[in-house]
Amino acid sequence: MKEMICICCPMGCRLKVYDDQDPIRVEGNTCARGAKYGAEEAVSPKRVVTATVRVRGGEIAMASVKTSGAIAKSSVFDALALLKGKVVDAPVREGDVIVGNIFGTGVDFVATKTVEKAQ
Amino acid sequence: MMDKNLIIVGGGPAGLAAAKAAYDAGERDILILEREDRAGGILNQCIHNGFGLHTFKEELTGPEYAARYEREVAARGIEIKTGTTVLSIADKTVACVNAEDGLTHYRAKAIVLACGCRERPRGAINIAGCRAAGVFSAGTAQKLINIDGLMPGKEVVILGSGDIGLIMARRMTFQGAKVKAVIELMPYSSGLNRNIVQCLQDFDIPLRFSHTVVAINGKKRVSSVVVAAVDEKLRPIAGTEEEIACDTLLLSVGLLPENEIAKTYGIELSPVTGGAIVDDALMTSKEGVFACGNVLHVHDLVDFVSEESERAGASAAAYIARGGELSDCVAIGAKDGVRYAVPQLVRRGGEGALGFKMRVGKVAKDVKIVLECDGREVASRRRQIVTPGEMETLTLTAAQAQILRGAKEAVIRLAEV
Repeated sequence: MKEMICICCPMGCRLKVYDDQDPIRVEGNTCARGAKYGAEEAVSPKRVVTATVRVRGGEIAMASVKTSGAIAKSSVFDALALLKGKVVDAPVREGDVIVGNIFGTGVDFVATKTVEKAQ
Repeated sequence: MMDKNLIIVGGGPAGLAAAKAAYDAGERDILILEREDRAGGILNQCIHNGFGLHTFKEELTGPEYAARYEREVAARGIEIKTGTTVLSIADKTVACVNAEDGLTHYRAKAIVLACGCRERPRGAINIAGCRAAGVFSAGTAQKLINIDGLMPGKEVVILGSGDIGLIMARRMTFQGAKVKAVIELMPYSSGLNRNIVQCLQDFDIPLRFSHTVVAINGKKRVSSVVVAAVDEKLRPIAGTEEEIACDTLLLSVGLLPENEIAKTYGIELSPVTGGAIVDDALMTSKEGVFACGNVLHVHDLVDFVSEESERAGASAAAYIARGGELSDCVAIGAKDGVRYAVPQLVRRGGEGALGFKMRVGKVAKDVKIVLECDGREVASRRRQIVTPGEMETLTLTAAQAQILRGAKEAVIRLAEV
């Protein structure tokens, strides 16, 4: 059994997740999202990752990025390493794919901010 | 001197939402004045996700949320002057300055104050020690990393466990720094539980409640901080000091509405919120001057800022179209665990439903938020848990609001269920 705090919303329900049972049983949740989160978090936790990438010739130095979906928590730092040292040329548009298909997951790093060329 | 029907001070989420709503209410002569080089305000540096769950029913990052409102404002052709600082307001005349126009005065029919808030600085919390480099407010560190691409330090201690402090613990960790501890004066965090899990527990960053930083050591650069436990009266306990080696201290110790302009203009401010005292149209003590967003009271969620600011924008447009004056109001008090409720005043001549936003002073479980008029419960809302870190709301039906408008005295308080 694992105890955890649900991160789906500000309620922060305290969950008890019986991951030795099949199907996994979740207690302490107050909604269906909590049950799903608890079961998933116990087996294969996932996170959406937000970070930045360096821009060459832009009005500001960095463009913000996010993963287009959640990726395995265990691969978060490996994914971040893909952005380290990477430089993209301005202009960057919101939605531009910065790193495609991270580790074959089908999830991309996409820009979340438009950065125009420096004037 | 130029004439403008509506001047909006600030082009962050509050100013953008106010402009959009004013336009949609029929006002066309609008000018937004923004100090930074781009609109969007603090959202530009809040690159994490979690914004927009209420407004757009999806989870956006800060820049994406800002861009949606920027597009709404651009689609309406609303004028915005960036790089423009408002210096003062007097007699509904706004003095501002930028590099192109120099000093300019705008005479407005209505003004919306949407200038946001500022972080409490080191000087406000009186930490003893050296004036070495390496002490940053959490928001400054956030701007350095997310906008300028500069790392403030490598080994970090964070004082304050509000959401900005928690978000920065994760951000610095992502960028390769070692966050050694988050220190919280109170016995609880004012940040969201989900952020404690996602930003601290995911990376095994210790969170120490009822502790504070009592000294900062270092000559040119911070070399360590000394933390100590505090007693019930928040005084450091002698003998509990512990030195933590670090090169950086981030301060996430609260936000204060940015009301220097309002103060010099003579707008009446609340000592509790630090923002203006407003009626249910969000009009301040100066007729035709409105306030919304973090300059009115500090919010946790930008979604609520947008909602509040759209009301201020629509109110300003209605004021310009139909005129209006400071009207007879019933004052809404706050007691028994409720620190404040906004708006603080409700016009007796108003109509329709009403909503209040409020904060409690400490954590309470199984309570109800009650509006009492002349000693009688008029509306209430049950809550499993209320915490100082999360803004609470109370909505009145039109019928309940009508009772309030006729009341001699009104107060919002917590009661046991």
